[in-house]
Amino acid sequence: MIRFEQVSKTYPGGQQALRQVSFHITPGEMAFLTGHSGAGKSTLLKLISIMERPTVGKVLINGHDLNHIQRRQIPYIRRDIGMIFQSHQLLMDKSVFDNVALPLIIEGYSHKEIGKRVSTVLERVGLADKARSLPIALSGGEQQRVGIARAVVNKPPLLLADEPTGNLDPKLSMEIIKLFEDFNQAGVAVLIATHDLGLIARMRYRTLTLKKGQMITDGLTEDWPGDLDEPVI
Amino acid sequence: MSLLFKGRSQGAERTSISATQRLMMFFVSHVRQALASLGELWRSPGASMMTIAVLGLSITLPSTLYILLKNTERVSAGWEQASEITLFLHRDTQPADIQQLVTRLSVWPEIDSLTHIDKNQAMQEFKEISGFGDALNYLDQNPLPDVILVTPTSKHTSPTAAGVLLDKLRNEREVEVGQLDIQWLERLHGLVAIAKELVTVVALLLFLAVVLIIGNTIRLNILNKRDEILVMKLVGATDAFIQRPFLYTGFWYGLLGGLMAWVTVALLLWWMEDSINQVAQLYQTQFNLSGLQGEALLIMLALSVCLGLAGSLLSVYKHIRAIEPK
Repeated sequence: MIRFEQVSKTYPGGQQALRQVSFHITPGEMAFLTGHSGAGKSTLLKLISIMERPTVGKVLINGHDLNHIQRRQIPYIRRDIGMIFQSHQLLMDKSVFDNVALPLIIEGYSHKEIGKRVSTVLERVGLADKARSLPIALSGGEQQRVGIARAVVNKPPLLLADEPTGNLDPKLSMEIIKLFEDFNQAGVAVLIATHDLGLIARMRYRTLTLKKGQMITDGLTEDWPGDLDEPVI
Repeated sequence: MSLLFKGRSQGAERTSISATQRLMMFFVSHVRQALASLGELWRSPGASMMTIAVLGLSITLPSTLYILLKNTERVSAGWEQASEITLFLHRDTQPADIQQLVTRLSVWPEIDSLTHIDKNQAMQEFKEISGFGDALNYLDQNPLPDVILVTPTSKHTSPTAAGVLLDKLRNEREVEVGQLDIQWLERLHGLVAIAKELVTVVALLLFLAVVLIIGNTIRLNILNKRDEILVMKLVGATDAFIQRPFLYTGFWYGLLGGLMAWVTVALLLWWMEDSINQVAQLYQTQFNLSGLQGEALLIMLALSVCLGLAGSLLSVYKHIRAIEPK
């Protein structure tokens, strides 16, 4: 599903964010991406959603080399990737319903279809009764669930999440991760970037660890080397 | 179709709706976005009215000048029809030669009609009108020459064509002096031509100002909605989709500014009507000021809509591309 081949990224100014990173996430897999802040997690996700381009190496999604995607094709790529952000990236002056409907409006669904799908997905994230509220009136956890609903409303085969539990307490974090597990069981490939190691430790999922731009571990949580000096936040 | 996943169809394609329905959806979504843009203007009436007023007044000035120019042309076109060439003949020309000249000239294609004023007849008239009466009897001979009044055909009434005709007439042996009584009209035409150029220049400058004003207003709109545009780009909106509401905003600004200019021009003309009629009365003519109607109005509205679109296009093209999620 996602394949990185010897990918390096150097930002203008010489800061090296990724060094020769290679990995492969198979269709329907769920994986965590972890590491310090500044280790390159966000950069890695940005390379998948083409917010940045690799300096060297190839990023492939479903066998398609993203280096060959032109600027005007990028929106169509993003429609295949559900993205979730720590800062939610919701439109604060639009209702929850309108926020979730946005990807469908962009893709030109009919009014009826939009209503049907948005209600279904809001039901699924447990916000059916909040459709008419403004995001500002919701709690942090609820706002994040609106973000998730928006990411999955057009049923993308791939979900990317950047620190989705960043501002949430452990109980809420767990609920969010449960949601991702649900989607994963429905066949969606999920990649979650987080530095919340406590959260990862409680689950048995493949975990990719970045340190100073290099991939230092790739495996199940329980196979972690004991000397890994990652702080638990 | 999805670029990355072959089996996955995107958006409206998946719901198997017919081509006509999709076309309908296209128009429906355009109308919806157009109305949404209008609604946006409505929600901040103060700022919108200000922009529209600036546009309206900017378009009013060239429109008013255009109307004044058009009316001047209409009036002077009426005078031009009356243009005549007066030929004074040599005093010693024999009546038979004059008859011959008249016959010769009457077949010229440029000439519509000829009137011969005999010198004796002219003397008689002069006596009657001038009031010198008997005093003129003391003259040894009639000092007046024979005169032929030439009216050119409508094709040859313009100052230049009539001038050419005059030169040709002067070459006739019997003609001593030829006079075109529209030389002052030539000067008027010159002035009108300058005024026309002035109107064009002023109009171009003001139109440029309109484009820049709309461009800047739309730029501010875009910057105000930066966050929204970022989110839309993140969830896969194309530039065209994001641009559309801003282009509609430019369209509305143009249309409303044009309508405002129309109303302002109508008010101006109504205001000026009295004084214009007074002037017309001095010349003992009936004169109706013609305003912006029919075609001219449509052209003005189309022009202002185009200016609005041009301004927003300029802005949208430059600024929406620049906003990219990082």
